[in-house]
Amino acid sequence: MIHSLIAVAVLALSAFAVATFPRSVLVFLLFQGSLLFVYKARIPERLRWGLLAIALLVLMPAIGYFNSYYLEVATQVGIFVALALGLNIVVGLAGLLDLGYVAFFAVGAYSWAIFGSPHANIIFGGEGFPLAGWWFYVFLFVGLGTAAVTGILLGLPVLRLHGDYLAIVTLGFGEVIRVLANNLDKPINLTNGPKGITPISRPPTPFGMPYGEYFYFLALAIVIAVIIANRRLEDSHIGRAWEAIREDELAARSMGVPLVRMKLMAFACGASFAGVMGVLFSAKQVFINPESFTFLESIGVLAMVILGGMGSIPGAIVGATVVTVLNLQVLKGFSLWLNELKNAGVTIFGFSLADLPTQFEPAKYERMVFGIILVLMMIFRPQGIFPARRRQRELAH
Amino acid sequence: MPSLFEARGVTKRFGGLTALHAVDFAVDRGIASIIGPNGAGKTTLFNVFTGLYAADEGSVTFRDRPLLGLRPDQITALGICRTFQNIRLFSNMTAIENVLVGMNSRITLGLWDVLSRNPGFRRTESELAARAVRLLQRVGLQASVNVVARNLPYGDRRRLELARALASEPALLLLDEPTAGMTQGEASALMHLLRGLVADLELAIILIEHNMRVVMEVSDRVTVLDHGEKIAEGPPREVQSNARVIEAYLGKRGAGPRARSGA
Repeated sequence: MIHSLIAVAVLALSAFAVATFPRSVLVFLLFQGSLLFVYKARIPERLRWGLLAIALLVLMPAIGYFNSYYLEVATQVGIFVALALGLNIVVGLAGLLDLGYVAFFAVGAYSWAIFGSPHANIIFGGEGFPLAGWWFYVFLFVGLGTAAVTGILLGLPVLRLHGDYLAIVTLGFGEVIRVLANNLDKPINLTNGPKGITPISRPPTPFGMPYGEYFYFLALAIVIAVIIANRRLEDSHIGRAWEAIREDELAARSMGVPLVRMKLMAFACGASFAGVMGVLFSAKQVFINPESFTFLESIGVLAMVILGGMGSIPGAIVGATVVTVLNLQVLKGFSLWLNELKNAGVTIFGFSLADLPTQFEPAKYERMVFGIILVLMMIFRPQGIFPARRRQRELAH
Repeated sequence: MPSLFEARGVTKRFGGLTALHAVDFAVDRGIASIIGPNGAGKTTLFNVFTGLYAADEGSVTFRDRPLLGLRPDQITALGICRTFQNIRLFSNMTAIENVLVGMNSRITLGLWDVLSRNPGFRRTESELAARAVRLLQRVGLQASVNVVARNLPYGDRRRLELARALASEPALLLLDEPTAGMTQGEASALMHLLRGLVADLELAIILIEHNMRVVMEVSDRVTVLDHGEKIAEGPPREVQSNARVIEAYLGKRGAGPRARSGA
């Protein structure tokens, strides 16, 4: 009972704090932390899920009303949670290290970008494009299917590869997709090359909802669908077969696990999640170009999975949230704050911050701070924030 | 009537080395043992039978169906399953999860059944779990259902591997040195269990074994391999007194330990 009260109070207070200080990054982090607290608190299941539902369905959009940037951050978090969960199937469950995962995201994004913008007229001629906004919903499934097929196409040639070799080939694959997007403006202009595609249509929103809220809710809906799919896969013979492959491929084959089918299924399932989010991403951004799908993005998603705890669904969610918030808010906020100090001419131990050479500008150290955090994590908590049961066992001996 | 399982003229070469040379082997029911000194080609024979190695020559049939060229999982689906000499469990999965993986080839559910979690899926899952628990009971692991395989004692791990192999409902079971590292008492208990399985499930077993007491006690037929060739075959008593077998195991009389004239 006392736990329930504390959980309700923490959530309510943090939400109230955000409403009071809508500009403070720290307070928004507090709100995110309170969600985690509710998730981990020893309270009845119904209350837990009720509170989380209220927080995500009511409080978060309300916060967005005070500061629309937070809603944007939340939407980005949603996108990356879905990506991390998709990669979690491939890397965490089936043990296939994929360093080119963002390619599937790109495939989904370009599938809607091409048909949802006037660009398709260049390819097919005529004036039939862009497709009407409601086609967006159809393309959520088209993007899913296209990415799944791409996943199978990547899977086929790499079936015999393991570990390092697999990682290198998938890395190459990711780059191939990006380079294709970059260069397929000739001879037929499919992707418009580095200039990218714009304007990409957005779907009509129900009840005249603003786009910020709309994409937030859509991302949330997709994330929930992805979580359900992920959990069901994990608790089935398919999930067990994936884990068996990761544990001992030869034994798995001998016990009747069809290796080819299971590996392709892992690639296809993981890719399809990225494909759906790609479609949403292109509509949200209105403009996409190959720059959004670099190798660094693949690594970022992998870092989320590893940070959260490989093979664990809550881990992937928390990992994606932490990394995204770190990149979008904490590190940027830190840079901004130091710059403000500098401009204000603050001195520390008689040393004026304004005298710092520009090379020491904190904005340039975002990646380094991120790297240090990752290294520290690997030293002190290699199993991740929320490790999967089995990974815990692996590292425990 | 043709045998349940029949291999004819199986030859396997690794580069210049002939690991198996025109081996004939057949089993119908009961326990057939394969013995022979280390490196005689026993495990290689198993790997050919289960599709892990492709034979260079010869044919293998199971219930009149040719096996050569099939993938390991297809062979398992037909009803042949095996254990490994050096235990190969899914170490970080629990005992019951190991057994459930073994049932994979008997599950007809597709991706959609899993994602929609329809009544058929739920019924199947609970049936599978119940059967897995029964199998674990059968091999004496009822107390360790949810223990992670890695944390099981050695003998239990061997038994878990047996349960996992049985999960695919095989008609033919290939056991590669199942009593290795066991005490005589544990080995006898395991053989008792195998005899029970043969009687209850109409199972045929091919056994690779070094423990002679076990082999002679439990086998219906014994095949002796040496240097990739079959040098003797027959009921245990006959094989035990075969001159070539004694030579392969003990070396030529008067020629010192394990002197050989190159096979």
